[in-house]
Amino acid sequence: MRVIRHIAVNVFKESVRDKVLYNLVLFAILLMAASYLLSQLTAGQDIKIIKDLGLAAMQLFGLFMAVFIGIGLVSKEVERRSIYSLLSKPIRRQEFVIGKYVGLVLTLAVNLAIMTVAYYAVLGYMAWMAGSWFKPGWEAPAMDPALLKAVAMIMLQLMVITAVALFFSTFSSPMLSAGLTFGFYIVGHFNADLKHFEAIIDSRPVVYLARALYYLLPNLAPLDVKAQVVHALPVPAAYLLLNTAYAFVYIAALLTASSFIFLRRDFK
Amino acid sequence: MRPGRPWVYGAAITLLMVVAVGVQVVRGRTYGDTALDDRLLYLRSGTVAAKAALSFDTLLADVYWIRALQHFGNDRLRPNIPGRFELLYPLLDLTTTLDPDFVVAYRFGAIFLSEPDPGGASRPDLAIALLKKGVRTTNRWEYYYDIGFVYYWNLHDYTNAADWFRRGGDLPGAPWWLRTYAAVMLTKGGDRQASRFLWQEVLQRPDTNEWLRNTAQMRLLQLDALDQIDILRRAVSEFQRRTGKLPERWRQLVAAGLLRGEPVDPSGTPYTLNFATGEVNVSGYSPLHPLPTEPR
Repeated sequence: MRVIRHIAVNVFKESVRDKVLYNLVLFAILLMAASYLLSQLTAGQDIKIIKDLGLAAMQLFGLFMAVFIGIGLVSKEVERRSIYSLLSKPIRRQEFVIGKYVGLVLTLAVNLAIMTVAYYAVLGYMAWMAGSWFKPGWEAPAMDPALLKAVAMIMLQLMVITAVALFFSTFSSPMLSAGLTFGFYIVGHFNADLKHFEAIIDSRPVVYLARALYYLLPNLAPLDVKAQVVHALPVPAAYLLLNTAYAFVYIAALLTASSFIFLRRDFK
Repeated sequence: MRPGRPWVYGAAITLLMVVAVGVQVVRGRTYGDTALDDRLLYLRSGTVAAKAALSFDTLLADVYWIRALQHFGNDRLRPNIPGRFELLYPLLDLTTTLDPDFVVAYRFGAIFLSEPDPGGASRPDLAIALLKKGVRTTNRWEYYYDIGFVYYWNLHDYTNAADWFRRGGDLPGAPWWLRTYAAVMLTKGGDRQASRFLWQEVLQRPDTNEWLRNTAQMRLLQLDALDQIDILRRAVSEFQRRTGKLPERWRQLVAAGLLRGEPVDPSGTPYTLNFATGEVNVSGYSPLHPLPTEPR
């Protein structure tokens, strides 16, 4: 556990050194500029659009971080040959993989937490500036705590994507890993189609294959509750819990597979 | 140039950018700037757009909503443009497919579509189609109310208006006054007092936003203008009865003691008098122009 913590903290420090947190500045500027411009363009829908924009930006920024840092977690160490000195120490390869994963998740969590604070600050400012005649028309208060549900689900999605990126990083080149991880992200939002393949294809084997892929590939679409929280629609706690359970089990499976591949890898 | 001097590089980059901008300006003046075709809609299928947007569909809906607003605003200012408001319905359809819960897109969109020319697209049929889509997806009483209003105000179809108000009133959580609307439609659909009652209700409701509030105020002023025009027509008829001819100017009615002064509409713009027919109307320069078609 101590080893995992050390590796995780090092990954976090390295990302800070690599100026990854600069994206927070970009996020803040984007939201502030948007909040200023949107009030002129949206016929009173600026709060709704800022909510949409903020959540989408959190997801997009997080996605790029998860993919582009995730794919380099292992391959970078191999490229720099620092893997030899690392593995010569009393570190088990599984600990190395899990430590790297936890480190990136920590980086993403810190990022998302700061972005959430900035997000609520902008929403609070807009609520303060809005005329009292606008507020009765809002579907939900500007600083609606339910938005945190969407943020939590974004974090879960990013955790799954980080695990996917790390998985590919253990055996593939960074470019290929990035492509495959983005592919998984896209498929993850489409794969409900795979479940209902019989509606378009008449072949039973193909339908079964599609069904198998549906369960095998990450299903990210249910983790997206942005629209529901923005429109103040109910998102049951049990649904969030099931999503969380699914994400953790899927991540555990990916980390196990990553550790297995990394264990068998020959660095001679 | 000695390497490593930041200000030298900074100056060089600035100079080169200034030259680049200069060249662009010269090219634009000589050959004209590339025109932006704002009437082009690449994606028409909301389903395809929703798939392509991955999990960013609500954000894409916001983009299309802003585009719909800009399209409406631009075309409203250009009454003679060919294909006026032609993209309004496709843009609203895309917006509401990408975000089926975007209540304002249905409700404002329906107003933009149903408003008579030149203020809107004069397509109450499309307004109803958009609202019916909302009924199919989220079934809110507000859409029933809006459909009833389009049937009432734009199509003067009081039976359908009453039916939609009643069906909306039957939904759980619907306000009590929707049933009142249905009753008003059935008893005195074409009555001007009924119109005034409905618009005053809109104005007084706490959830009415600024845009709709302005519309309601405008409608109430137009109804006042219609009342005033009735009085002015009576004055014109009286003048004709007394003198045997139509008045050519308002001054003649003032001189005859039928009016106190030159009449102005509720926006302060003088009314027009057609000396050939005796017809009274609001001026084309009045913000109240054109007046709504008088309910039958």
